[in-house]
Amino acid sequence: MKHVNNKLSLQLDVSDFLPADKEEKQSLVIMRESVSFWRDGVRRFKKNKIAMASLTVVILVLIFAFIMPAFYPYSYEQQIRGSENLAPMQYSKQELELIESGVKVFPHILGTDSLGRDTMIRLMYGSRISLLVGLVASVLVLIIGSVYGSIAGYFGGKVDMIMMRIVDIIYTVPDILIIILLMVTLKYPLEDLANNVPGFGWINRIGVGLICIFIVFSLLYWVGMARIVRSQILTLKEQEFVTAAKALGASNGRIIRKHLLINSMGALIVTTTLQIPSAIFTESFLSFIGIGVAAPMPSLGSMASDAIGGIQSYPYRLMAPAIMISLIILSFNLLGDGLRDAFDPKLKD
Amino acid sequence: MNKILLNIQNERLSFFTPAGEVKALNDISIQMNEGDVLGIVGESGSGKSVTAYSIMGLTDRAGRLIGGTIEFNGHKINEMSEKELQKIRGNEVSIIFQDPMTSLNPVYTIGNQIREVIMLHTNKDKKQAQERAIELLTLVGINEPEKRLKQYPHELSGGMRQRVMIAIALACEPKLLIADEPTTALDVTIQAQILELMMELKNKIGMSIIMITHDLGIVASICQKIAVMYAGKIVEYGTVDDIFYNPKHEYTKGLLNSIPKLTDKEHKRLVPIEGTPVDLLNPPKGCPFAPRCNSCMKVCIKHMPEYTQISDDHYSACWLLQKEKMLGGEKYE
Amino acid sequence: MPAYITKRLLMSIFTLWLVATLTFALMFMVPGGPFLAEKAPSEATLKALNQKYGLDQPKIVQYKNYMIKLLQGDMGVSLKQRGRTVSSIIFTGFEVSARVGGIAILLALVIGIPLGSIAALNRGKWIDNVIVVFSTAGIAVPSFVVSTVMMLIFSVKLDLLPTYGLTSWKHYIMPVIALSLYPASYISRLMRTSMLEVLGQDYMRTARAKGLSQFKMLFKHALRNAILPVVTYLGPLLAYTLTGSFVVEKIFTIPGLGSEFISSIVNRDYTMIMGTTIFLAALIIIMNLLVDIAYKIIDPRIQLK
Repeated sequence: MKHVNNKLSLQLDVSDFLPADKEEKQSLVIMRESVSFWRDGVRRFKKNKIAMASLTVVILVLIFAFIMPAFYPYSYEQQIRGSENLAPMQYSKQELELIESGVKVFPHILGTDSLGRDTMIRLMYGSRISLLVGLVASVLVLIIGSVYGSIAGYFGGKVDMIMMRIVDIIYTVPDILIIILLMVTLKYPLEDLANNVPGFGWINRIGVGLICIFIVFSLLYWVGMARIVRSQILTLKEQEFVTAAKALGASNGRIIRKHLLINSMGALIVTTTLQIPSAIFTESFLSFIGIGVAAPMPSLGSMASDAIGGIQSYPYRLMAPAIMISLIILSFNLLGDGLRDAFDPKLKD
Repeated sequence: MNKILLNIQNERLSFFTPAGEVKALNDISIQMNEGDVLGIVGESGSGKSVTAYSIMGLTDRAGRLIGGTIEFNGHKINEMSEKELQKIRGNEVSIIFQDPMTSLNPVYTIGNQIREVIMLHTNKDKKQAQERAIELLTLVGINEPEKRLKQYPHELSGGMRQRVMIAIALACEPKLLIADEPTTALDVTIQAQILELMMELKNKIGMSIIMITHDLGIVASICQKIAVMYAGKIVEYGTVDDIFYNPKHEYTKGLLNSIPKLTDKEHKRLVPIEGTPVDLLNPPKGCPFAPRCNSCMKVCIKHMPEYTQISDDHYSACWLLQKEKMLGGEKYE
Repeated sequence: MPAYITKRLLMSIFTLWLVATLTFALMFMVPGGPFLAEKAPSEATLKALNQKYGLDQPKIVQYKNYMIKLLQGDMGVSLKQRGRTVSSIIFTGFEVSARVGGIAILLALVIGIPLGSIAALNRGKWIDNVIVVFSTAGIAVPSFVVSTVMMLIFSVKLDLLPTYGLTSWKHYIMPVIALSLYPASYISRLMRTSMLEVLGQDYMRTARAKGLSQFKMLFKHALRNAILPVVTYLGPLLAYTLTGSFVVEKIFTIPGLGSEFISSIVNRDYTMIMGTTIFLAALIIIMNLLVDIAYKIIDPRIQLK
């Protein structure tokens, strides 16, 4: 079939038909620069506004919880007589008298509780506890889970089967129940240990409640991480660079450390970051019920719990820890999401 | 004189993505008569699949027709609504896809998925659809059809699943079957069986086929006409003989050259086509193949080549042909 | 299938036994026994009480007796609530918790699944962004925060809803919302991700190529595949609702199983603790088994071992 008309639509002359030289052809080719995995991920992360915002919030919260208390004139267990139940920015009678006489009294920005303790500093310490629990628990979970999971995944076979059976059983046991039971029952022997056996005095300094939480997390919560690490190892194990490493004579431990775990780093970072808000959630939940950190050390959960009684007259005592917890959990979640979007593009929408 | 089945004129299609406008099709024209077997050849990104999908209105939601017309079996495709298109899909025009492993829904039985398309476009009830399904499975060469109908996709091999896809595609006796790389994901021996099956069925039912592939071997065995695409343009179009024995475009020549031949000497080196495919976000003004062409001229970089008619059914878009024309006088029509 | 069910049942019984034994052991790690927390009774009274409840016998014997009675469905009497058997307390409490929890779970599903699907279908548009924002916030706020804040707004400030008890339908509103907010948000996100993945699958393209209507494509082909992760979540969902009930029941003063459990721990009511733990564990384990079976029915690819 005839398809084409005869006349050219352009005006051309003979010189146009000379061969093109190399430079003219090169100008057509736009090469895209190659970037390393990490730099690419960081670049993607920086582009993500929400992720950057959540990172900022996290940093601010960290400053609030760990650095600010050093500059704050009140301490968390300090009960100031006469300053009970103050509203935010309100001064007690004694404090007003002091101001009259020229002494500078730092205002109670969020007021005080029923025992005259400054709410703001308690909020800071409560946040500190929550963050500590979140971070330490996540690191514990990461270490135990990774070691367990990588051994199971790498060696495979019978070792893997037995290890995963154990994981299955632990997984089936309802964890919250066990946590509560453990926390209630471990308290006494731990206190015993702290008070009576030399060398264990540090237990009291950190607080029995906190230790319990850490123990419980170490015993139960690593299974999720182990499963993820194991599946990562299983996938990576089959890849060629592992065979290459083996051919070069690398020991098993070296292979696991240097090759497999490094390549799973992306998934590990994301999972750990998302583990933090979950740990904080659990800690505040337990403190709320009354089984967490012991008084006078404040926890955001126990502060909320205490505030319910006075909810009619002092609503801010509830709002402060409530907003704080939500903020911390939300920002860590968004941070984790942002990291995942940046470093694990397969999961991206 | 055969009826004109498909008439695509100057189709332009782009995908509007967050990264920008991807110009997938740039002035495509194709005509097919009833009973034709057309092969569309090209590398990934050449636009061969997009062309076929656009006939059914099946392109991604991000894709939009920005120029040209598509007429199929009396329908003006580019003017039809989604609802109207649904009536002809699976009915007058069908498509089979590349990967049979993932093209069937894993949670429903084979029977369910075949009956579905039958009951959608015809008045048959479930029982009649079941009978038709058994007929179809036998037609595509699957034994024990009643048993197979009750099975799930993951219980069948790749070759069998592709036959099921063909059965679904043919269920309503379409005028046009589009096969998008139907054998790429299959073993070579199965490949031959599937191709044979398609030709058998074409003759039995009298339908037309568009075969999309990057494999020149397939094209040589079953197609009558071939369109060679590159970067969203048809760079050469002709009969099988034209293309294989008288290729005029450098890209076509390159493709043919890169196939190792049995008669070559043992140590003859493979001849790849140098360079990388075109970035469709920023297509160049000139011939898209220019950077990779050994005969590239200055005009090729500056201007998009126009079509030169070489013979009745053979044309190509290359400045070299225009050069020949200019220098050799009226050699071509 | 029957082989699978039997195997899982045996595993479940084993796990349950493990939980019971573990709980039993833990109970006795607490020094002092159940009666020491109160105003210290006299030696004689203590001895008599211990004898009455069989607490003076060696631990192994107590354990054996308990296990035997358990198999017969007898969980003993409460040590602190005179005259009531553990089973009766559990069942009265469970009835209440089940009602509130059941409504919460239903609500979470009814809200989460459609919202997630709508978000996926309208990806990138404003409704998707709104849903994503709300569901992300919803999973970040702990249930006790939601409860207390709601209480602040609706009871204290606006005086619209009651703060304790369960006597009218109004009493259900806040507890149910508090319990269902997290799961609804989680399910919505889960559904969205799942639906997005399903919509990108080849078989959806096949469905469209067949000429199916968008309705059919969504409700027949997409939904059944997309809902699988949500089904898997049902197990943890139940566990979450149970534990969430501890908090919600405490705040809204609802006489459910959760608050019974907490008080029995605080009061060191051993038999109650044992009974409740075993009951709750059994509930979770059975639920997980049912979920796995349901999953197998919906998705024929799964090979259950």
